[in-house]
Amino acid sequence: MILKFLPNQHGGSLDMNFNVQKLRQEFPNLNIQVHGMPLVYLDNAATTLKPRCVIDAINAYYVTGVSNVHRGVHFLSEQATAAFEYSRQVVRQFLHARRVEEIIFTKGATEALNLVAQSYGRHFLKKGDEIIISHMEHHSNIVPWQLLCEQIGCVLKVIPINDRGELILEEYLKLLSDKTKLVSLVWVSNSLGTVNPVKAVIEAAHSQGAVVVIDAAQAVTHTMINVQELDCDFLVFSGHKVFGPTGVGVLYGKEKYLSAMPPYQGGGDMIKSVTFAKTTYNDLPYKFEAGTPPIAEVIGLRSALEYFQTHSWESMHQYKQELLDYGTKALLSIDGVRIVGTAKDKTSILSFVVDGIHPHDLGTLVDQEGVAIRTGHHCTQPVMEFFKIPATARASLAFYNTKEELDILVRAINRAKEIFK
Amino acid sequence: MRDELYQQTILEHNRNPRNFKKLEGATHVAEGYNPLCGDHLWVYVKVDPKGIIEEAAFEGSGCAISKASASMMTVSIKGKSVEEANILFEEFHQLVKGDLKPDTQPNHLDKLTVFSGIWQYPARVKCASLGWHTMHGALEKTKTVSTE
Repeated sequence: MILKFLPNQHGGSLDMNFNVQKLRQEFPNLNIQVHGMPLVYLDNAATTLKPRCVIDAINAYYVTGVSNVHRGVHFLSEQATAAFEYSRQVVRQFLHARRVEEIIFTKGATEALNLVAQSYGRHFLKKGDEIIISHMEHHSNIVPWQLLCEQIGCVLKVIPINDRGELILEEYLKLLSDKTKLVSLVWVSNSLGTVNPVKAVIEAAHSQGAVVVIDAAQAVTHTMINVQELDCDFLVFSGHKVFGPTGVGVLYGKEKYLSAMPPYQGGGDMIKSVTFAKTTYNDLPYKFEAGTPPIAEVIGLRSALEYFQTHSWESMHQYKQELLDYGTKALLSIDGVRIVGTAKDKTSILSFVVDGIHPHDLGTLVDQEGVAIRTGHHCTQPVMEFFKIPATARASLAFYNTKEELDILVRAINRAKEIFK
Repeated sequence: MRDELYQQTILEHNRNPRNFKKLEGATHVAEGYNPLCGDHLWVYVKVDPKGIIEEAAFEGSGCAISKASASMMTVSIKGKSVEEANILFEEFHQLVKGDLKPDTQPNHLDKLTVFSGIWQYPARVKCASLGWHTMHGALEKTKTVSTE
């Protein structure tokens, strides 16, 4: 069996008839019980469940195909290398990138952001240069830039948000100047669901000569990504938020920047030759992939992307918007519930607070009914500070969720309210 | 399981926390913070020259478990010596980790055994212990306590 061609069950044909019950059968984890109740999994912004084909692809590598990549001449190694590099082509196509050399595998979106900060940032930015991020960034798109600012003395600026949890674009334009060298922005907020107008942000940054990094960790299941059309300079995402395994992510970068950037980490695979006098670095993309990569995970990611793309964006989008509308109305029908994040352009993430019940108590109580939601600051403490709350409860929906599951959530919240009455 | 954790005593202390105030004249103060939950409280203790805890109080915000636990903590250490309070701290710590079974092992926990089921909720153990860690930190003169 050649891993490269391990077929996904869906075989690649586009499924125009969106059938949620059929789709749910692909996700074995949906069938478990929690505390004796059927699992209602509403924590998809944290991580998504995995379809059987992804589990099978990873399994196939470990059962019959284990080998390192890019080194051996034996059968297994060549096979693993082919499967690994085929995944890179699938990612290139998924992002609509120009060249396969622009696709770097990382261990996740966080590492990809750190790579850009440390390799691009340290090399091309200098003291006094300005970096712009937004108030709704995940900590992973705040801290790497703070570290860079400490290291080289550049300055971090923050685009403010309004009460609906939307970027204030006019303020962004005011922050932009010839001092701005880099803008790093989340496409879809993980704690508010806000979809940011990334195209406008990129265009404005480019007019000032700044490069733009897009954090697409949540956007990746929300909308089709075309990096050439967007014209972003870098874009990152994590495999596990798009039905793939944990431990693998992607950095897309325009070739002109990636070629000019120094390596992020040193080690095997990222060199052409090593002597004590001089080391020559490898070509793209290997220059940024030191050490043995997460091979099984990269293969699993390929399977996830192929699977995901068998569904039409239009039908997925329509279905998730229906769920979002239904969930919004259902939550607001409960006395004392307030939704945090009410942007006009919003994805299926419902952050909310309930009067008189701390989100953590709510999280524990609905868990007793089998409902998995996330509670806390969602790694966006500045967002919590802005809304003057310590935490929220968050139900984040994937295309395998149903209205019935949202009804169960509502019943569980009502039971929690009874207990806290 | 639900009833095990959110018992009436806990819900009642959450609704009406005891000694929920800033304590003027406190001899020991510490700030406790649970970055995971955002639970954030201050514990005040007033120790007399003989080493007896005259008063204890707390303020801040947090979930029902952290609030009720801090409330019950202030009640249970009042009138105790610093040494006795530290023993209670140790016992409570063992209790919430599931290492002390109050039915079979000797202890001084009394009403605090209402938290005996919490070890089954690993994510919530820190909520229950925050007030206690902060009290312990105050007595040990540690100004800021984090449960991370």
